[in-house]
Amino acid sequence: MTMLRASAAILALAAAPASAQTINALVWCDHTDPEFLAPFEEATGIRVNLREYEGTGAALALLEQSRPGDWDVLVIDGIDVPRVVEAGLMAPLPEGDLPVGDFFPEVVMEASTTRDGVTYAVTEKWGYNTLSFNAARVDPADMQAGLGALLDEEYRGRIAIYDYYLPVIGLAAVHLGLDTQTLTADDLPAIREVLFALREQSASVGEVVASQTALATGEVDVVVGGGEWLTAALSAEQPELTWTIPDEGAVLWTQSIGVLADSRNPEAALEFVRYVVSPEGQARLATSSCYWGMPANRMAGEHLTEEQRAALRWDEQDGYLARAQLYPAPDAALDAAMQDLWLEMLQR
Amino acid sequence: MSDRARGWGLVAPALLWTTAFFVVPFAVMAAMSLARLDGRELIWGVHWDNYAQLAQPHIARAVVVSLEITLTVTVISVLLAYPLAAIIAFRVPERWQRLALLLALLPFWTSYVVRSYSWLLVLSRQGIVNQALLGLGIVQEPVTLANTRLATVTGFVHFFTMLLTLTIYASLRQLPPNYARAAADLGASRLRTFVHVILPLTLPGIVTGAFLTFVLCIGDYVTPQILGGNNELTLPQVIMVQLGRRADFPLASALALVLMGLVALAYLLSSRWLRIDRV
Repeated sequence: MTMLRASAAILALAAAPASAQTINALVWCDHTDPEFLAPFEEATGIRVNLREYEGTGAALALLEQSRPGDWDVLVIDGIDVPRVVEAGLMAPLPEGDLPVGDFFPEVVMEASTTRDGVTYAVTEKWGYNTLSFNAARVDPADMQAGLGALLDEEYRGRIAIYDYYLPVIGLAAVHLGLDTQTLTADDLPAIREVLFALREQSASVGEVVASQTALATGEVDVVVGGGEWLTAALSAEQPELTWTIPDEGAVLWTQSIGVLADSRNPEAALEFVRYVVSPEGQARLATSSCYWGMPANRMAGEHLTEEQRAALRWDEQDGYLARAQLYPAPDAALDAAMQDLWLEMLQR
Repeated sequence: MSDRARGWGLVAPALLWTTAFFVVPFAVMAAMSLARLDGRELIWGVHWDNYAQLAQPHIARAVVVSLEITLTVTVISVLLAYPLAAIIAFRVPERWQRLALLLALLPFWTSYVVRSYSWLLVLSRQGIVNQALLGLGIVQEPVTLANTRLATVTGFVHFFTMLLTLTIYASLRQLPPNYARAAADLGASRLRTFVHVILPLTLPGIVTGAFLTFVLCIGDYVTPQILGGNNELTLPQVIMVQLGRRADFPLASALALVLMGLVALAYLLSSRWLRIDRV
């Protein structure tokens, strides 16, 4: 089916008039799924060239090394939107043009996406960094109890940690009862203790594919920092791989999308953003083959199958959101200190 | 046109290429390594703070880990590659040698990333190695092989043994067979012939391969990242962390230059003692 759609898209492009527009987008891997992209290209005749990146630093470097106008659309970590807005990289989005009113209110993140009343980006996808686990091999009650249960000798060597310092530091902060948005350097010693204790228990620290592989192959039974993005795509084949939000809470991740200020095709770029946040686009993005996540637009629920909604825990979001905090958004100095702490933990 | 002008004309393309794609980027990286970040702002100047970071335990440890893994991989790969190259050169009939070398190159045909993930599956607790160990009754419980230094070294050795086989094979093939015969005529045993005749004459091939292994291994990010499970970090992994989110290019540049310094040191040691420059 994927191949057919991709082929159809290629044929449609071949038949498109020579004046068909092309936009260039810096994205995360979920946007590269043909199931997500082809319907937009078929419907609009706009061709989207995608460039995947990992880490905001890499995106900023790519933008800096490119000529102005080379890029039209940017997908970025929700907490880094202020960073690119301050750098003057983002174009204002037309007020009232996007269905932000239909979004889950908790993930609109107006404080990040707007400046002086002007919106520069919108949340397009979100989810949790929490605990993913193999329900056939661990007691779900332990997972509900949170990080404390994982420090038990029983879990030694059965844990993987997701290799991204901000969400896992956020989880440690949540475990300590701290507010993730007001963390300071004074909180780091306590967080350090939690991280180091988890490290002692863990078999590995890995990025997305490594964490998924570790859980799917039985190398570990729990992934700290996992969530729907880690296990939802595997649920059809391995329904025992699941996730939960512990009673103590978890952290939220978000990703945002916007049009770059130097875009040569701002109208086409905006058209793409409109598609991404439309209910149909949101449903496809939420279930992208690269990784799943919750759509920002609640109306996407109507375009998801029962199985997809179940894997995303659609009906439990109210309770989950109530227990989740955004993952930390440190300033440069605290960010550096957190990264050093993370490296120190890895190197133990 | 004078000989001098013709000479410059011939050398100009290589000179321009080297200047554009090595000298200039290197100069930029060197300058960047002396810059610093003030918040998120890049401040150019001469600051040694980035190099001082080498004293931090987790970064110093990364240098040590990189060297330990690289030296281990190089030694094991040489020990495995030499007999393999010798078998191909002296035991396999000449008409099959090309096929044997082709087979030796097979691992290069697979994507580096795919190969590393394949090793992860092979070495996992439910992987084929553990299944074999359990089946043979050698162990009662699956042993942890994936996400360890052993896994990283295994992934590297799989790749570099083949590379070394090629360079050592080339050296062995250049050996005139009369040397070994002459040594035998003079009463030397096979071992003595190998130690005093064959090995010294094939050292350039060994060192070339070992140096290439050292360079490629110490700068590799993918294999330790996938197979090592981040249980210890190598220098390239620490460099990548600097670039990932914070875009700390000054520190990353300084660490990259340290990495380059290690490679340069390895080259100097090799060329001085083993005359690698004549190979």
